[in-house]
Amino acid sequence: MQALLDNLDRLWAGFLTTLAMSVAAAVIATILGTILAAFRVSPLPPLRALGATYVQLVRNTPLTAVFFIVIFGLPAVDVTFQNFFIAAIVALSVYTAAFVCEVVRSGINSVSTGQAEAARAIGLTFGQSLRDVVLPQAFRSVVPPLGNLWIALVKNSAIAGGGFAVADIAQLAPSLARDNPAQVLAIFGGIALAYMVITVPSGIAVGVIERRTAILR
Amino acid sequence: MSASVLFDDLGPRGRRNVRIGSGVGGLFVLGLIVLGLQRMAANGQLEADRWAIVFDPRTGVPQSLGRALIVTLQAAGAAMLFATLLGAILAFGRLSDHAALRVPVSVVVEFFRAIPLVILILFLFLGARPVLGLDLPRFWTLVLGLVLYNMAVLCEIIRAGILSIDRGQSEAAYALGMRKSQVLVSILLPQAVRRMLPALVSQLVVLLKDTSLGFIIAYPELLQQARNIINFFGSQYSLQLYVAAAGIYIIVNFLLSTIAHQLEKRVNRSGRIAAGATVIAGANEDQTLAAVARDNG
Amino acid sequence: MRVRRLTAACAALGLVALAGCSSEAGNDATAPDATVPVEEEVQFDEGTTMAELAEAGAITVGTKFDQPGFGLVSPDGVPEGFDVEIAKIIAAKLGIAPEDIEWVETISANREPFLQQGQVDMVAATYTINDDRKELIDFAGPYYVAGQDIMVAAGNPLGVEGEESLADIRVCSVNGSTPAGYVQENYPDADLTLFDEYSLCAEALKNDQVDAVTTDNVILTSFVAQDPEAFELVDNPFTEEPYGIGIPLGDDEFRTFINDVLEESFEDGSWAAAWDATAGAITGAPAPEPPAVDRY
Repeated sequence: MQALLDNLDRLWAGFLTTLAMSVAAAVIATILGTILAAFRVSPLPPLRALGATYVQLVRNTPLTAVFFIVIFGLPAVDVTFQNFFIAAIVALSVYTAAFVCEVVRSGINSVSTGQAEAARAIGLTFGQSLRDVVLPQAFRSVVPPLGNLWIALVKNSAIAGGGFAVADIAQLAPSLARDNPAQVLAIFGGIALAYMVITVPSGIAVGVIERRTAILR
Repeated sequence: MSASVLFDDLGPRGRRNVRIGSGVGGLFVLGLIVLGLQRMAANGQLEADRWAIVFDPRTGVPQSLGRALIVTLQAAGAAMLFATLLGAILAFGRLSDHAALRVPVSVVVEFFRAIPLVILILFLFLGARPVLGLDLPRFWTLVLGLVLYNMAVLCEIIRAGILSIDRGQSEAAYALGMRKSQVLVSILLPQAVRRMLPALVSQLVVLLKDTSLGFIIAYPELLQQARNIINFFGSQYSLQLYVAAAGIYIIVNFLLSTIAHQLEKRVNRSGRIAAGATVIAGANEDQTLAAVARDNG
Repeated sequence: MRVRRLTAACAALGLVALAGCSSEAGNDATAPDATVPVEEEVQFDEGTTMAELAEAGAITVGTKFDQPGFGLVSPDGVPEGFDVEIAKIIAAKLGIAPEDIEWVETISANREPFLQQGQVDMVAATYTINDDRKELIDFAGPYYVAGQDIMVAAGNPLGVEGEESLADIRVCSVNGSTPAGYVQENYPDADLTLFDEYSLCAEALKNDQVDAVTTDNVILTSFVAQDPEAFELVDNPFTEEPYGIGIPLGDDEFRTFINDVLEESFEDGSWAAAWDATAGAITGAPAPEPPAVDRY
């Protein structure tokens, strides 16, 4: 217990880092994922192929491998990250974007055909139909899964500190545990709590949103 | 809804635009690839010698990667087995009518779903001895971590599966005088299992990816083995080995996903998972996709 | 579906074709040879660890798998290096041949746990002797004295002279290790990057993602020797890191035995020979003076 209290400042700094990293990655992943989803439903075959390949490659690769490639593999093509915090955001975004893409695409597919047909019937273009008719409706079915992806992202962010030089909550674990072997349980309790402060309220929020939107099915 | 509903059948101008667009898009993608390859060639990454190390049996590299794959599969398989068993037990606990059982089980499940797997593994690794008095070899550290985490996820999946069975089934069973445990085990579970099979296979894919976290505790899975090889032969082989390890993961996971997809098609009969339990809060990213795909086809 | 199958078949064929490729690394691959003579007749007091191990004819040793020159695993799973050779010398005195040694990787973090849990019988893994660790396990030796030092990019572009520079540069070490602890305690405001392995630090240095790597000079020297074009050692050690053989707490007879074996090896030349065959071969430096064993 004492170890936790003595290191409260490091824990707080780590917590802020985890939060910042997760939020940044979430924003980028959502944007990137939506663009990819647009690629996958677009009339241009190369874009569809690009989207599909990206998703298949990324979702079948462990996040740890993505981190390795981003930090230690990319220098081979002259893309070197000096800042490991940024590198972690990139890795997390690239990984999560694949899942966001699929969720958004599913959402688009879930909007009934009649809607898109009606949009075409009144003369809207591809871009207009997507933007004004389909996506707003898809949004409602897309929010609960996106909420889940957010929670998964926060948990995945622990890999950044656990193995890849980001000063987040997880990075504290080995050094605190080894300096205070008698208090390992308390230390991990504190670390788990720090993550739960983010994930549990998020989980509750997702549940609430899901119940609200379930009626529409 | 198919994508083509979003735009009319294309006339000659439209088709020409699509061809131009495809051409430009294709060139863009091609350009990126060429740029990447050019950079790699400039840094000597494309030399055949560097890539040959992955395939040359005399270096011992393919064999050690193969061993690492087997070791990875072993950990994933063991974890899947125990996580499913424990998940089922927890699911029954959560469905219980007795709050004294239901509430603690719910707390446990929610706890393990809320924390990162990395933390769990690190805790077992650094704390099993001081705190729990357990002496754990790394295999069991990894497997135990995977089990504790995934049993919570699987509990929710199984619970959703059971809840999705048409009410008439359980009502009929109760009408026949069966007790709750009989209803659960003999009537609901067998039907639920068929429905959950694709989700369970998806979870195996997830487990396989999660075994890569063994890297953090030096368990000799694929990524760790790639590191060992790089250390032994030199960091000029870094890119090649990371690509090889990632490639193996991609291939194996892709195969498993395809199996899951085929299973899903076979099993796809009437009755979907109840709307309220579709997306399980706290599920990982792959489960979210599986649930979403189920709902939206 | 047809296209998929076709692609899969082509890929499989491609892999098979590539299997025949030969590489330069393959050309260099040779098997290591045993250099340690094994004791034929061994006699130990009953109930001692030595008697148990000699009877079993096997021993489990924890060592590093990623430290060139000290404990580096080859693709066939057997490690090579100075620590490995010292362990072989000790095992030989127990009548255990090198082939009967089971090698387990002990990264910095698991050295004490594995000894406490009984997963290994002894640890020879660039293991620095300090009082905190002596509360959990026992040390025989030291068998080598290293020192914490700094490794920079070849040419020392930032002009790093010694430990004072640690405050101003991006320095890398391993999370939870003694050298990292030193930096965290003495230079708390330093830009410290923490990975799980030193080899990741070395790679980061190569990519100019960090400015320096700090740990024991011998570990650093091995990285330098592996890649002299890329790295350079500042060679101004600022701590004394005595390496010892870790054994479970309280086993005084085993400790005395190992200390005796070590002193013998200092005198009969096997210690120096082990150095010349491993770390010495990489660095080119001759075997230093053996340290004085600490029988506490």
